[in-house]
Amino acid sequence: MDATAATALSQKNLLGIADLSPEEIVLVLDTAEAMKEVGRRAIKKVPTLRGRTVVNLFFEPSTRTRTSFEIAEKRLSADTLNVAIGTSSVVKGETLVDTALNIEAMAPSMIVLRHVSSGACHLLSRICKAAIINAGDGMHEHPTQALLDAFTIRERKGRIGGLKVAIVGDLLHSRVLRSNLLLLSKLGAEPWVCGPATLIPPGLRNLGVRVTTKVDEAVEGADVVMMLRMQLERMQGGYFPSLREYFRTFGMTQERVARAKPDVIIMHPGPINRGVEIASEVVDGPYSVILDQVANGVAVRMAVLYLLAGGADDETVA
Amino acid sequence: MKRLLRGARVVDPANLVDGQYDVLIDGERIAQIGRELPVDLADGGEVLDLPPGLVLCPGFIDMHVHLREPGQEHKETVATGVLSAVTGGFTAVACMPNTRPVNDNASVTQLILQKAREANLARVYPIGAVSRGQKGEELADIAELHEAGCVAVTDDGLPIATALLARRALEYTSMFGMPVIEHCEDQSLKGEGVAHEGPVAASLGLRGIPGVAEAITAGRDILLAEMTGGHVHIAHMSAWTTLEAVRQGKSRGVRVTAEVCPHHFTLTDDLLAAPVPYDTNAKMNPPLREARDRDAMLAGIVDGSVDVIATDHAPHHYDEKNVEFDRAPFGIVGLETAVSIALDRLVRPGLIRLPRLVELMSVNPARVLNVPGGSLAPGAVADITVLAPTLPVTIDRAALRSKSKNTPYHGWSFTGGVAATFVAGRLVFANPASGWPGRG
Repeated sequence: MDATAATALSQKNLLGIADLSPEEIVLVLDTAEAMKEVGRRAIKKVPTLRGRTVVNLFFEPSTRTRTSFEIAEKRLSADTLNVAIGTSSVVKGETLVDTALNIEAMAPSMIVLRHVSSGACHLLSRICKAAIINAGDGMHEHPTQALLDAFTIRERKGRIGGLKVAIVGDLLHSRVLRSNLLLLSKLGAEPWVCGPATLIPPGLRNLGVRVTTKVDEAVEGADVVMMLRMQLERMQGGYFPSLREYFRTFGMTQERVARAKPDVIIMHPGPINRGVEIASEVVDGPYSVILDQVANGVAVRMAVLYLLAGGADDETVA
Repeated sequence: MKRLLRGARVVDPANLVDGQYDVLIDGERIAQIGRELPVDLADGGEVLDLPPGLVLCPGFIDMHVHLREPGQEHKETVATGVLSAVTGGFTAVACMPNTRPVNDNASVTQLILQKAREANLARVYPIGAVSRGQKGEELADIAELHEAGCVAVTDDGLPIATALLARRALEYTSMFGMPVIEHCEDQSLKGEGVAHEGPVAASLGLRGIPGVAEAITAGRDILLAEMTGGHVHIAHMSAWTTLEAVRQGKSRGVRVTAEVCPHHFTLTDDLLAAPVPYDTNAKMNPPLREARDRDAMLAGIVDGSVDVIATDHAPHHYDEKNVEFDRAPFGIVGLETAVSIALDRLVRPGLIRLPRLVELMSVNPARVLNVPGGSLAPGAVADITVLAPTLPVTIDRAALRSKSKNTPYHGWSFTGGVAATFVAGRLVFANPASGWPGRG
């Protein structure tokens, strides 16, 4: 490990980007670079978390995030356990608190929690000794997604400060947006957000963010364009009339991408709806870094796990 | 038995009384108020010389509580609810009909009244449902409810489902002189909301309920009250836009009255974020709103647009609140914190004076519900709340007499509390910390 990893995070948990200082964010990104190097080795494994148990507690379906955490944990030699619980069974049976207390009784080092309710990680952090890592809570935050997005931007652009980052999509329900806005603001980027007026939460303008409903204005001269997933249920909820009209008004096409800087990168947290929020040619085009984001997700999550485990102070560090 | 209370300030705004007086209670009624009343203890009466600084008022009436019985006795019962009431200085409570089963027929009303008689502490005035089963489809048997003892009707927990049903309710209740109490909330705008729609909910990722969801229903019902001549009482007003609708209605002479809860004139939705993020004891409906709304409620209390302070006492079991924020039930307990909050936040800073507080918590609720109380005139029921305006009080949820402990005020300190509570001439609560003499 290089010298930048010599400091640990000040918080025991990672509940959100809101709790991280700019220096801590940079620490995570720097640590992730070292972790990415592990992923390039033939033997992609270090003994850092050997003997530690990490529980991936997922109350919401997830393929990408859960897989990414699991690979990250395995590369750090943690003992990992996946617990996937359908939310419907929880309604009838055990409460989240009781589920967590039972898992806690088996003394895991960390719990990676994905849950449909905003604030679920805060609730667990108040009752668990294990470190809680937020893998997405309701409409609140998805901090490791924002960190991997930042890592990808920094990798491509060499910096984050001063970049125009246009984020387009469902601004009301997106935890990815909340975490990204917090992170980009802390690192001095210029975030712009764009979406239908029905999907813009109140108070967004107070956060030092430029808000527009004109996608061309958001994309104009952008260094980074980040698309958010548009879920079908938003149309059913009456937020916009049809997927066709949504794509026509807000969809990222090659024509729209042409308004951005020539070296723009196109990002998407996945899963992608081709032809809804983003055209296939853009997904598969030269500026797309969508699969880089996925690859970097493992390194960033390794960094978070490593730092929350105590960083270089920990005796098991290689 | 006669009982003479000496040495307190008597605040009885309905009779324009405010000064040092003796109060003579004879049995269940007030016998006399005057200076240096003669003492005649021949028939086993009692003289209580009160410590300086206490204030005798007509009994406080909380016209918006949930006693949960029948059906949800794990949260509260009539017995624990009235114990909580008298501990908080309330001599009477009016209880909401959203029990299980709903109080939409005489047998439920009679059960509640029977439990209240057995508990024999605060008076209990049941409020019946507007619609059968609170389903919002057809009127409940309101004449029967009235005969059984209901003093008002409401579908509280929900608004009256349609403008037509609200119209019918306002017309029909006018035959009995009962108000229609409205839980104002446009259901389509509320949607899946769990918090006030604003920057705080946006940053916490909580679904919002806009203030106008309340004002729209209030506006609808104020117009209908104007048209029908009925009396609409706006429950737990929280949004500045609702207050504007109430003011407009009053200025046009509409029979509209309105109540505000202590949490809505003291707290804002900032409490959702800190000190305990996603604290389910800060979740209630209507939700804590923004400073503009909170300040409007204070202004309405000062200028007279607000008629009543009521608590919306909504007990919930610890287990029910110890869950994810969006899954927790709405509501907080309020009976044992209201007086301290009102004294500390309204009277102590000089926003209102004690006579106005007595109007808000005694005179006006008695008038709105057309029930006894609100006056210490000779012959009136001897329901008396004794305030200790300088008593330091720290709220301790473990010490609450309510069966439920869901309060956001745990650990808060206030200046002002309850010294004693009399119902029908009987001392039902005395607070030793206030220096109350004799047995408590």
